[in-house]
Amino acid sequence: MHKKRQLSYDKERDQSVFYYKVDAPEIARNRKAGQFIIFQIDDNYGERIPLTIADANPEEGWIAIVFQTVGATTRRFSMTFDVGDNIPVLVGPLGKPTHIEKKDGIVLCVGGGIGIAPLHPIVQANHNIGNKVVTIIGARTKDLLFFEDEMRAASDELIVVTDDGSYARKAVVTEPLKEICEKEKVSEIVSIGPAIMMKFCVAAAKPFGVPITTSLNTIMIDGTGMCGCCRVSVGGETKFVCVDGPEFDGYKVDFDNMMQRMTAFKDKEREADHKCRVGLDAGKAGA
Amino acid sequence: MSEHKTTEMLQEEAAKLFAEIEAKKAAGTKLTPKDRTSIPLQEMPSQEPTVRAHNMSEVALGYTETQARLESERCIQCGGAPCKNGCPVGVPIPEFIKHIQEGDFKGAVDTIKQTNLLPAICGRVCPQENQCQKFCTVGKMMKAPEKAVAIGRLERFVADWERSHDQITVPTPAPETGKKVAVIGSGPAGLTVAADIRRAGHSVTVFEAFQKTGGVMVYGIPEFRLPKELVAKEVDNLKKMGVEFKTSFLVGRTQTLEQLLDEGGYDAAFIGTGAGLPKFMHIEGENLIGVFSANEYLTRSNLMKAYDREHSDTPLYDAKRVAVFGGGNVAMDGARTALRLGAEKVYCVYRRTRAEMPARIEEVAHAFEEGVDFHFLENPTKFIGDDKGRLIGVELLTYELGEPDASGRRRPVAIPGTEHVLDIDAAVIALGNDSNPLMAQTTQGLNVTKWGNIIVDENQKTSIPRVWAGGDIVLGAATVILAMGEGRRAAASMNEYLASK
Repeated sequence: MHKKRQLSYDKERDQSVFYYKVDAPEIARNRKAGQFIIFQIDDNYGERIPLTIADANPEEGWIAIVFQTVGATTRRFSMTFDVGDNIPVLVGPLGKPTHIEKKDGIVLCVGGGIGIAPLHPIVQANHNIGNKVVTIIGARTKDLLFFEDEMRAASDELIVVTDDGSYARKAVVTEPLKEICEKEKVSEIVSIGPAIMMKFCVAAAKPFGVPITTSLNTIMIDGTGMCGCCRVSVGGETKFVCVDGPEFDGYKVDFDNMMQRMTAFKDKEREADHKCRVGLDAGKAGA
Repeated sequence: MSEHKTTEMLQEEAAKLFAEIEAKKAAGTKLTPKDRTSIPLQEMPSQEPTVRAHNMSEVALGYTETQARLESERCIQCGGAPCKNGCPVGVPIPEFIKHIQEGDFKGAVDTIKQTNLLPAICGRVCPQENQCQKFCTVGKMMKAPEKAVAIGRLERFVADWERSHDQITVPTPAPETGKKVAVIGSGPAGLTVAADIRRAGHSVTVFEAFQKTGGVMVYGIPEFRLPKELVAKEVDNLKKMGVEFKTSFLVGRTQTLEQLLDEGGYDAAFIGTGAGLPKFMHIEGENLIGVFSANEYLTRSNLMKAYDREHSDTPLYDAKRVAVFGGGNVAMDGARTALRLGAEKVYCVYRRTRAEMPARIEEVAHAFEEGVDFHFLENPTKFIGDDKGRLIGVELLTYELGEPDASGRRRPVAIPGTEHVLDIDAAVIALGNDSNPLMAQTTQGLNVTKWGNIIVDENQKTSIPRVWAGGDIVLGAATVILAMGEGRRAAASMNEYLASK
């Protein structure tokens, strides 16, 4: 164990989405929007899980991560780590930062589920350079929604949807996406969420010819380009999400292959849930 | 294949011969070169192939003391020491062997450590047949290079003896100079640099992106070939010398090299980040589920300990029929790991023949003994998947050897119309690595080749002031010992620079 990390539960929403502030001064200082970290809850036998940085404060030396408990590792992480405990392994910031530049029209940011977390720094960064930001956040249901206040604070307009209508508008994120593209000048769309959501966002954006950036959340091990486990097909070329990404031109990503590859260890996962020991969260805990 | 001899059998044979030699010596008779060369090359005791193919324990068990003594007597102390010239780090080979002949094992290992701090590792993973042993006079006299003095096995023996007898001594660094050096990467190049620079009294911090130190020696080379405990021990020795290690620190991202040099107070830096970007073949089906780079396959098993199913959280991909593509050490590691992880059938597909394989002779022999099924002169054209995107087979094309190419090896030429399918459910691609682009991307002014390898001068100095580089990031994928050789050269130049500052 090499560093002391503070954890905070102050924004815990429910039993499945967790927000932790983690003491990581070096990462807080150098991270940029779009970058991620990898953590392990055991430096010997633990699996490596990528999580995008949801927020950071270089002065106070912390970063924030948001994760959903989807496997044994995230469950253990949420249950057994108390404020003040050490996270044995945490490395970052990884990946290429988001390319942020001044745009004429709207930057439309679309976040679904746990993908809302990585979208937050991108919304902030666009807002900070003076872009007009319209943000859509959506989740399956009310309990899985978070960052509404934070997103509202950093956006010119915020649209909230839930699939089941349990909170705000009952819709999927592609519906407001299309409406906005129909009536406004949109310069760029940034979409982060489950692969299937990003795939549909790309399809929805296509008729309008708006560029769309997607942030991919594949399975990873090292996160530094060494293993190639995270590879995806982008424009017919094999790219590594960890070093070439995580963000790619949505029109070029082969989402079907990506979704298939993410099922590589699905059978193990069921087995693990059964035995309640193996995590296999990598690539699912966050974007 | 010859019959497997147990350690006891080998020891018994050695003891008998050694007693004769001792008697001769006691009688005052000097051993002639002919006496020496008539001693049979001592075979390395190893686990029985059918047993070891199903466990992760080390395959080669190491010489017994008697075997080591007897093998050392095969060295005629020829005088010219051609062996030494074949060693990338210039180990004083005849000198250390002489100590073994005298029964002074500690003297032997200390002699090696004058130029090589990692003998337990090098004794296991160096391609001795292409280095020291290739030039051995005994091998030449016998017109059989494979019968050269087993220098690597002797090196391993004394290093293991020192460790198991708690005799490890750590070099005392020179008085503190107050100068600070950053070493990026904790693989063989980085550890060598750290040792040599710390010895000169400079403070050294080694930065490692992974959670564990050792680089390729922990994530790549499997336990059954290089026990991780040994690597940890070598790192411990460096810690005892005062070298500091920072794991989970990715230079370029956590902090850039410029930040370390300008704000971190480091006077110089060494980049030894290795060749970490696996090559793929860019053929159809390469992104199917079940197609792995060797790096991923081996990292899961070694670093993440997935072979230990009871404890590890990192899953393995269960496969019954595994094909490994390539003919190097990494391919052998992949194939032999697949056997140990429970594959029923393991193929090794290589587009040339056994004679051209770049792997160490011993690794190839071990793979054969363990039952790896070699498909020489074949190369994949596409991977075949089912409707769920899972690998079910590979289409191969048969080759023949044509004219020699630039590497001097005969070029494999495809025979049209020979496509055929091999049913497999996992593929491991071991065709080498490209260089990781991270340092070049995040370091202004760092000159690299078009393949991304860092360009250095004869002293391993890069295009940036105060920055040196070595190992696979310079060489492309090579060996542990070549990386160490580059590390030594860099450290000498860095020490000279720091002394003049």
